[in-house]
Amino acid sequence: MPPILVIARLTVQEASRRRLLLALLILTLLVVGFSAWGFNKITTVTNSRGETLPPDQVALVSSQLLIVIVFMYSGVLALSAAVVAGPLISSEVESGLLLSMLARPLRRSEVVIGKWIGLAVLVAIYAAFAGALELGAVDWATGYLPPHPVELLTFVAAEGLILLSVGLLLSTRLPGITAGVIALVAWLIAWIAGVVGDIGTGLQNVALENVGVVSHLVLPSDGLWRGAIYAMEPDTFIAALRAAGTFARANPFAQIDPPPLPFLFWVVIWFGVMLGLSVWSFRTREI
Amino acid sequence: MDVAEETKAAAPPSAAAGTPAVKTVELSKRFGRTVALAGLTMTVPRGEVFGFLGPNGAGKTTAVKLLLGLLRPTSGEGWLLGKPVGDLGTRRHIGYLPELFRYQSWLSAEEVLALHCELAPLPRSSWKDEIKTVLDTVGLSDRASDRVGTFSKGMQQRLGLGAALLGEPELVFLDEPTSALDPVGRHDVREIIRGLASRGTAVFLNSHLLSEVEQVCDRVAVVDHGRVIASGTMDELLGGTAVRVRVAGLTPADKNKLSDFGRIDDEDDQLTFANLSPDRVPDLVAAIVGMGGRVFEVAPRHQTLEDRFLQLLEDREK
Repeated sequence: MPPILVIARLTVQEASRRRLLLALLILTLLVVGFSAWGFNKITTVTNSRGETLPPDQVALVSSQLLIVIVFMYSGVLALSAAVVAGPLISSEVESGLLLSMLARPLRRSEVVIGKWIGLAVLVAIYAAFAGALELGAVDWATGYLPPHPVELLTFVAAEGLILLSVGLLLSTRLPGITAGVIALVAWLIAWIAGVVGDIGTGLQNVALENVGVVSHLVLPSDGLWRGAIYAMEPDTFIAALRAAGTFARANPFAQIDPPPLPFLFWVVIWFGVMLGLSVWSFRTREI
Repeated sequence: MDVAEETKAAAPPSAAAGTPAVKTVELSKRFGRTVALAGLTMTVPRGEVFGFLGPNGAGKTTAVKLLLGLLRPTSGEGWLLGKPVGDLGTRRHIGYLPELFRYQSWLSAEEVLALHCELAPLPRSSWKDEIKTVLDTVGLSDRASDRVGTFSKGMQQRLGLGAALLGEPELVFLDEPTSALDPVGRHDVREIIRGLASRGTAVFLNSHLLSEVEQVCDRVAVVDHGRVIASGTMDELLGGTAVRVRVAGLTPADKNKLSDFGRIDDEDDQLTFANLSPDRVPDLVAAIVGMGGRVFEVAPRHQTLEDRFLQLLEDREK
């Protein structure tokens, strides 16, 4: 097996042996169970006239509730990716674990990329597994399925990969806890900057709007989250938002347009840049 | 750029079999204003056990890390098995036990060794035998399947030593290999080093345990404050005679006057003159008696590495 895949396998193995996967599995099953119960309640609640909600309202309420729950999932994924990636290299440098390995015919770039691949596999598997389970539970409870489930899971996974990449880059130079905290704060700031951008769009204020644009370019996590929101909204809801005019764009949990294609291209380039920086940073680090 | 990646995999070291195991020319390393290694020039022939001695902070570990490409030299050059430091292909033939030894706690001992077989890389068909052999050698056969996280420090050091021995390397770096071991373990390590030497493997032994070095090394270099202050074979370094004198009735001032006879270790009623020619023993006794001292015993003996080491450090301070 090429060294890069050996390192990737080792990263997955570590997460498994340290019971990270088990903890995530149990927590996910709990959340899915509770949310399925909650979604099921939507179909049985009655309005002031004592009637259950019509199917289109069930779909609308379900879509809105699903957006909030997926926001939590994406948050958990982003936080986990940042917390796990933060110490991924720095802790092994500090403990000396990498010393004997780097004395083998192993390039530092292979260590960095191998660890990224290993953690990316975990992020992708978790996003696909937890997302599919949650969507299945919602479908079972309410009969509602978001219009673009594959895109939804892809955007959520990509958001996790963004945080993983930031955490890994910082991990090449900073102690694990510092790297993890910085990545988390950056993620939150990017989200808030995205909200500011939305408000700018709603108010047609170019300066505020640019805050959102720049934040999406520097850290595309919020831009990808907007893609996930768009993938969850029924067409009727999007039509209603469009009809409401520009002010409807100021809602951070609603999205009228899909992410622009140039942004998605930029995300691909962004990943390349971050990995390149991580490799360079680790190669020039003295151990 | 990382020196470890500057040069691509080259021809196998056997092509350069006539070259030394380790060669450095003016290899230096500074961390900011701190000089960790100042112009290290040395040669370690193949098949020899080379002791790299020095007090804590002398630059021993820095030298090993430079040679393994874990640090970048500030200046100077180095070669391992005839290839420039950092050559990836050469690393197939090198074993390394770091001073800060740590292995994946979530893996078993066998799995750690299999990982190193894979990274080395050794042919998969040889892994089983290799792992069994090194586990036997380092005395961990009965813990092969246990998680490393359950190991004591000494056992982890044995495991690290085992990893360094995989694939019959041509050069092995051992950085303080007995720091966590009990006397039995230290004895085992000496036997392992002798075994390596007998099959022609060069061993670069970093240590401040002088008796250990004295017992196994063919050649030593003494480093202090980043500079080699003496080097040579054991015979060359330990050519002198030390003289132990049991004496009473001398004041501290008297003892100071005796420093004309060389460096003195003063331990209660015993004075040890670290390097004193047997010809001068009568003069020494006469001087002591002349000061009013009473001599009970005079015992010349071969200089130990400790005598020589302390003498070198003291000479350097002067």
